[in-house]
Amino acid sequence: MSDEDLKNILGGFYMITSIVVMRGSDGKSKSKFQFHQYNRRFVSPLRFYNIFDTHVLHAPQSLDSGFHQSIMNYLVGAFKPPCNIFVSFADGRSRKQVPLKKENGKTVMAALFQSQESIVGEVVIEPVHRKKVEHNGVKIELLGQIELYFDRGNFYDFTSLVRELDIPGELYERKTYPFEFSTVEMPYESYNGVNVRLRYILKVTISRNYVSNIVEYQEFVAVIDELYIQFSNSKQADGKVRNYTPTPSINNSIKMEVGIEDCLHIEFEYSKSKYHLKDVIIGKIYFLLVRIKLKNMELEIRRRESTGSGPNTYVETETLTKFELMDGAPVRGESIPIRLFLSPYELTPTYQNINNKFSVKYYLNLVLVDEEDRRYFKQQEITMYRLLETS
Amino acid sequence: MLNGTEDEEKWLAEGIAGIQHNAFYMHRALDSNNLREALKYSAQMLSELRTSKLSPHKYYELYMRAFNELKRLELFFKDDSKHDVSVVDLYELVQHAGNILPRLYLLCTVGSIYIKSKEAPAKEVLKDLVEMCRGVQHPIRGLFLRSYLAQISRDKLPDIGSEYEGSVDSYDSDMVLSSSSDADTVMDAVDFVLQNFTEMNKLWVRMQHQLKPSIAISGLQGPGGVREKREKDRSELQDLVGKNLHVLSQIEGVDLEMYKETVLPRVLEQVVNCKDDLAQYYLMDCIIQVFPDEYHLQTLERLLGACPQLQPTVDAKTVLSRLMDRLSNYAASGADVLPEFLQVEAFSKLSNAIGKVIQAQVDMPAVGAITLYVSLLTFTLRVHPDRLDHVDQVLGACVKKLSNIPKLEDSRAMKQVVALLSAPLEKYNDIVTALTLSNYPRVMDHLDIGTNKLMAMVIIQSIMKNNSCISTADKVEVLFELIKGLIKDIDGADVDELDEEDFKEEQNSVARLIHMLYNDEPEEMLKIICIVRKHTMVGGPKRLPFTVSSLVFSALRLLRQLQGQEGDIVGEEASMTPNKIFQLLTQIIESLSAVPSPELALRLYLQCAESARFLMKQAANGCDIEHVAYEFFTQAFVLYEEEIADSKAQVTAIHLIIGTLQRMNVFGYSARLLKKADQCRAVYACSHLFWVDDQDGIKDGERVLLCLKRALRIANAAQQMANVARGSGGPVSLFVEILNKYIYFFEKGNKQITSSAIQGLIELINTEMQSDSTNSDSVADAFIASTLRYIQFQKQKGGVVGEKFESVKL
Repeated sequence: MSDEDLKNILGGFYMITSIVVMRGSDGKSKSKFQFHQYNRRFVSPLRFYNIFDTHVLHAPQSLDSGFHQSIMNYLVGAFKPPCNIFVSFADGRSRKQVPLKKENGKTVMAALFQSQESIVGEVVIEPVHRKKVEHNGVKIELLGQIELYFDRGNFYDFTSLVRELDIPGELYERKTYPFEFSTVEMPYESYNGVNVRLRYILKVTISRNYVSNIVEYQEFVAVIDELYIQFSNSKQADGKVRNYTPTPSINNSIKMEVGIEDCLHIEFEYSKSKYHLKDVIIGKIYFLLVRIKLKNMELEIRRRESTGSGPNTYVETETLTKFELMDGAPVRGESIPIRLFLSPYELTPTYQNINNKFSVKYYLNLVLVDEEDRRYFKQQEITMYRLLETS
Repeated sequence: MLNGTEDEEKWLAEGIAGIQHNAFYMHRALDSNNLREALKYSAQMLSELRTSKLSPHKYYELYMRAFNELKRLELFFKDDSKHDVSVVDLYELVQHAGNILPRLYLLCTVGSIYIKSKEAPAKEVLKDLVEMCRGVQHPIRGLFLRSYLAQISRDKLPDIGSEYEGSVDSYDSDMVLSSSSDADTVMDAVDFVLQNFTEMNKLWVRMQHQLKPSIAISGLQGPGGVREKREKDRSELQDLVGKNLHVLSQIEGVDLEMYKETVLPRVLEQVVNCKDDLAQYYLMDCIIQVFPDEYHLQTLERLLGACPQLQPTVDAKTVLSRLMDRLSNYAASGADVLPEFLQVEAFSKLSNAIGKVIQAQVDMPAVGAITLYVSLLTFTLRVHPDRLDHVDQVLGACVKKLSNIPKLEDSRAMKQVVALLSAPLEKYNDIVTALTLSNYPRVMDHLDIGTNKLMAMVIIQSIMKNNSCISTADKVEVLFELIKGLIKDIDGADVDELDEEDFKEEQNSVARLIHMLYNDEPEEMLKIICIVRKHTMVGGPKRLPFTVSSLVFSALRLLRQLQGQEGDIVGEEASMTPNKIFQLLTQIIESLSAVPSPELALRLYLQCAESARFLMKQAANGCDIEHVAYEFFTQAFVLYEEEIADSKAQVTAIHLIIGTLQRMNVFGYSARLLKKADQCRAVYACSHLFWVDDQDGIKDGERVLLCLKRALRIANAAQQMANVARGSGGPVSLFVEILNKYIYFFEKGNKQITSSAIQGLIELINTEMQSDSTNSDSVADAFIASTLRYIQFQKQKGGVVGEKFESVKL
């Protein structure tokens, strides 16, 4: 990271001092630059210079979690499990795979399901060295759970479906059990955040007496194509019928005049307030008055994740990208174009109060930096939604 | 304190190293067809261009390195077999870059391929690029970025005949570019270039106000230093801006109509509105230089209309001068273009514009205004050589301007005035034309003395060179009014300062000039002479010697001319007698007495006498003329006797007189003229010249003898003449005098003077005395007696001298 870069971040400590509400002419919304003190903790150490690098979307896993995992591995290694369990999907080859970040930080590919889809597959159990395995029954569960990191150990299962695969008995050889969960209602999308995780797993359990059960997990990812429906309150009666015109019915532009009296007056406009994940933010910034020496201007995409409720609310804000819009100092009358492609960033739709546990919101933050590295910014919420992938 | 230049070198070296480093990895990615890596490293490489530390000059160096690398990248992008990404996707992909500068460089690079692929109309891509570049507001970085855009788009403009013209949008409408129904036209190309030009110019102008100079200025330098540095920085960038105008001029489709309606108005609007003197000056000049002359001619009004609107500090004069120079050259290129000039009334437009500019720019120094007039004059001379009134008008305007200035002190201004005045002379090769310009002398009045002289010299030289003959009295009057700086002292001139040689040359020129004044008509010629005389007479003692002789000869020529024509003019020419001319001549020459320059006067008198003789030979009324001639001789002798003191001069004078006299053989009344006796005396006097009684003096005995012999011959002739005239002997005393000379040289030891010669002479005297006994001259008698006594005395005295005289018998 260069010196300049560092300065940018340190500059975040500066507080914007004199901020005055501007009079908006006619019906335009009145606004002002917000009082905000950048907390260094909130500024992701993104490499500003190289956007082609993958962005760090998730905070590092907590130490405990990693530790826990390694203990597990150790135990498994020490007492070799008497059998191997494989879970596979019936259409595993043709089904779309998406990257999924595991707890240990590794990324694996996982199958992608839509809500209302049937989840069909088979479980293969293979005793090791043809050893006999006694059990009290085999079952497969489909769990949808929310895990709050600050509330370790507490899983909230919002979905739980069970299929019995075998009655109690003994296993001598490789055995295959087909399973099917038909038309599974998956009300929420998978999400892997800073303080919260929402995931769907298939859990195979071989119950045993006296010794611990043998358990195998298979995680998969769920997305909901027409997530915006939640906002537009037009829930589909029949989940199989997909809405192929997923554009929000109302999608106004964001237009606002902001400034500091006698210093800086700008008017900015984003063409829409709701964007799909591969959308482009088009807009412009018009300088009405410039009396401070600006150095550059950037547009940040920020994600605000709030978890818990009441006094136990945790809010985590991440800056996903800093996209430079302008280099140098403009003069009055200049109009600077905005065109920001969202596809490179790992965004999710906006989540509103998921199972009363968490919310994820997105903001566009317009930041103007002056020559003394003071930052002037104005944050606007945008709504993200998932567009049906036609491919 | 850190040395700014050294620091800058260091920064540049760092920047170059950064580019090379990233370029290396970029090449590797290109070689392995890895698009993602190529994009990553090219963006990093271009990030080096984000520096603010370099001066434009150094930044350019950095830019060029990046530019060369981008060419390789472009080749890679172009070949989609290497990366399997369509150009449309590529166009989006490069826009993912987080930093604006690398993003836009890459966008431009891909944009050029996008246009080439014809998957989108060129105009849409161009429009998008030029709009997106607004994001870079930093002057230097913005200028270079936009110049890169101009560079890569140059061969892809939808010009007439280009493959990108009229390409219909048959591409799939994508999310980047909105589709449009109409085809690309030249207008789109022009719009694009104009927009890029406008933005670049804004950035360039902004540099003046926003940027700190590239190198830190030490505290010692004042704000002037900063400003200077900044202007230097800016002027290094001017060609980037001007390049756009060049591109515009290269677009085939920009015909006169489009230039008139779109290009020029918009360019001028930008020029005027930017309110920056540096930019205005450069851009106006640029417009004038890059677009064709005929366009200028047809849009003259508009172009000139912008001039008074420029900032007062703009060097509008140079701009206008260049324009006029160009138009002049254009006019000179062929006769077929001249009607165009007339059609658009180029002269009056230019003239008006100059007037306005001068009015608008109050602070413009005189030199500026005059330079403008010079250009205008050159222009009108080339375009309307037949319109003298235009020339006069220009001069008149100049006079008006000059009259507001008390005194022209500026030497450069002087030079320009000289140029102004010389131009018509050079053009017309004929001073006569210039003389008809009423404002010409008025302009000259504004010159200082030295320059005035210089100008007068130029005029004279012009006359000489072209051998032009000034033939009327009026013109002569004007001419002398023009060159009065040369022919008389002007008040306040510092005479002591004059360089002798220059002065001589000037006056010689004037003298030569006088010879150029000629008219076949004697009466007119006489008038001319009178006028010249009037002017030259006031010239003072220093000038007269030069001018008078010319004048005299001029008059003499008139005489001869008169002579030749005498047959037909005798009757009517009552006022024009040779006598009158001779009177005039006498007066002229007399004026030399004030100088005093007796030698010259003497020669002139003699010349006149010679001419008179010549006239006399043929004239019927010879007597009058002879009288005149005699008068001249008299004058010459008076001078000789009274004024010429120096012996060398005397000798010359005497020789001249004698020479002339010898040709005067027609004088019947020689006695009345020069007495033979005087002649004789002169000659024997001459002998002394060859015998200087001194240690190392000249002792040329032979020549002494020659002189004496000649004197003797003359005396003899005189004697005979006296005999013929009066029937009696003449002046014996002459012989006695010659004898005395003989004796003198004899004594001094001249070997050529022998005693026998003295002996012979004495005998001759005696014979003469006897034959002339009738009216003996007592003076002569006494003289010979005393001479003989002297010889006797020497004999008796003895010694060396006495021995010598021994052989002389009395």
